[in-house]
Amino acid sequence: MTAFTSLSIAMIKGFYRDRTSLFFMFVFPLMFLVIFGLLLGGSGGERTKIGVVGDGPVIAALGAGEALELQRFDDLDTAVRQVVDGDLPAVVAQDGDDVRLRFAASDRAAAGVVTGIVSGVVNEANLAATGQPRTFVLDQRPVEDVSLKPIQYLTPGILSWGVSISAVFGAALTLVSWRKKQVLRRIRLAPVGVGTVLVSRVLVSIGTALLQGVVFVAVAVLPVFGLTLSGQWYLAIPLLVLGTLAFFSVGMLVGAFCRTEEAASGAANAVVLPMSFLGGTFFPVEQAPDWLQTVSLVFPLRHMNDGMVDVLVRGKGIEALAVPSAVLIGFTLVVGLVATRVFRWED
Amino acid sequence: MTEGERGPAVVVQDVRKSYGDLVAVDGVSFTVAEGEFFGILGPNGAGKTTVLEIVEGLRQADSGFVRLLGQDPWPRNSALLPRIGVQLQASSFFERLTAKEQLGTFGSLYGVGEAVVADMLELVGLTDKADVQENELSGGQRQRLSIACALVHDPDVVFLDEPTAALDPQARRNLWDVLRAIQQRGKTVVLTTHHLDEAEILCDRVAIVDRGRVLAMDSPAALVRGLDAPTTVLLQRGALPIAEARALAGVDDVVESEVALSLSTRTPAPVLSALAERGALDGLQVRTATLEDVFLDLTGREYRA
Ligand SMILES: Nc1ncnc2c1ncn2[C@@H]1O[C@H](COP(=O)(O)OP(=O)(O)OP(=O)(O)O)[C@@H](O)[C@H]1O
Ligand SMILES: [Mg+2]
Repeated sequence: MTAFTSLSIAMIKGFYRDRTSLFFMFVFPLMFLVIFGLLLGGSGGERTKIGVVGDGPVIAALGAGEALELQRFDDLDTAVRQVVDGDLPAVVAQDGDDVRLRFAASDRAAAGVVTGIVSGVVNEANLAATGQPRTFVLDQRPVEDVSLKPIQYLTPGILSWGVSISAVFGAALTLVSWRKKQVLRRIRLAPVGVGTVLVSRVLVSIGTALLQGVVFVAVAVLPVFGLTLSGQWYLAIPLLVLGTLAFFSVGMLVGAFCRTEEAASGAANAVVLPMSFLGGTFFPVEQAPDWLQTVSLVFPLRHMNDGMVDVLVRGKGIEALAVPSAVLIGFTLVVGLVATRVFRWED
Repeated sequence: MTEGERGPAVVVQDVRKSYGDLVAVDGVSFTVAEGEFFGILGPNGAGKTTVLEIVEGLRQADSGFVRLLGQDPWPRNSALLPRIGVQLQASSFFERLTAKEQLGTFGSLYGVGEAVVADMLELVGLTDKADVQENELSGGQRQRLSIACALVHDPDVVFLDEPTAALDPQARRNLWDVLRAIQQRGKTVVLTTHHLDEAEILCDRVAIVDRGRVLAMDSPAALVRGLDAPTTVLLQRGALPIAEARALAGVDDVVESEVALSLSTRTPAPVLSALAERGALDGLQVRTATLEDVFLDLTGREYRA
């Protein structure tokens, strides 16, 4: 076996035999994905439930539409009581030509939705009854909208965050522990280049990032969460690699300054946590105030995240990678250079 | 150096090294011939590790001249690295790898195949620990593994920094056998130790170091001889009246303690035969001077290992 392969294997074994690091790199981000995915899953795209009494073309049309979910009642009084109790936003009763709508006055938003839909259906039915041709034709089709279902931004966000954790911590902790345990000095006494050691460690981090991508996406596409991937999802791969490089260089820098593992994980946390809050991991950056959006541009995580959302769920093409890639590469070069300057073989 | 010509394996001339105000190595010189077993002996903080690491190329000397196998080890000299094997004082292992995997990984850094791993484990008596992770080994087992890792690529010069520090007596003896076997294959061994007995048994020559200086350097036997220290003959208390003991020819001094009567002499042979004539050999022990006495003589301090 070559020095390169065996070093990589040694690192993989050392890393994957450590339950704690496995937890923080796979389980921990997944926990956030699951919790936020389920918590926010309800908002957006869900059908409003209303009560219906009787039957007729209006009720049939309401049932056929996508917006409402119907619950049948035998008489209007029972149904209205549900509205009074706040269990339903509205009821519609049809008895021949007589269509009645009763809605809860308290919930304006739901009332607006329901009255809009019901009057639309009623008008449509009236028009059909007259047999007149339409004067105005409404041309409607869905457009790609900026706001996404929570799982659609959570998955790229948490994936980028997970990769930043594994790359920063991986690099910093390996460096500190190898220096502390004199493995670095011992390697220095062997006829193996520094580049070999570094590249094998970087490759292990890249492999980990790709594995995280597979695992997180596999969980997010489960029906409970319902992630829909774009056709160009594979463009996320170069982004995962570049993101790993950028965060790895941060880890090298942290590792160069810290003497103990405890100090290194503290410092790594201090770097990763603010980035994850401001970089769009848990909520879309667009929802943040303008000044915060500007501040967040200094974080590589923000750019990785933007790119991830674009290629993973927005279906943008390779041109969406340009800015994130440029930023991540630049970041890697600058931080990496500083890291090699302050690198120490021993304490 | 031409083929077949055997120059010295290590040359150190007037090497100095300070850490801030602290002078760790203060003008050390010695030469180790190829195939020699050389010991560096001294108390804690004497500068043994520092000297060794300067020779290995891990540290840069402030001044002085160092040659390892005819080359300068500083800065990192990759031509030398495959030819030297180093066991650092603090054992250095990859995290969470088993004994077998450690040896395999270190071996591969030198382009050595997996085949030697089993031999190496056997050599240091760790065959049954092959699949145990490094952090679950005992201190002595770690030490043995660390030595095996230094030998895995069959180096020409082996540097061992206190190799027997954590070993039980049996393991120490086994390791001595291993080290002698290495030397018999024509390799050069340089070790540091606190154990004077170990240096006496193993080393062709020892340098006694204290406070960054070499106090004496020779074969252990020559050092002891040069000391011209008396031999102590110990007898059971009451084996002989003190006055009679004092009267024996060649006896310089007699001391009686709670348990023993000790006679010191520079001519042990006639004294022993005189004792035998009197039938006064009960509980006889003869103690000749050791490196410990040499150290005491050189430093005026008791040796505290
Ligand atoms: N990296 C360092 N920085 C500062 N001082 C050091 C360093 N390494 C060693 N020293 C000092 O240099 C002196 C010699 O240390 P060295 O490790 O060479 O001693 P040693 O003979 O190997 O001791 P021991 O038997 O305890 O291993 C000591 O006083 C020590 O405190
Ligand atoms: Mg030492």
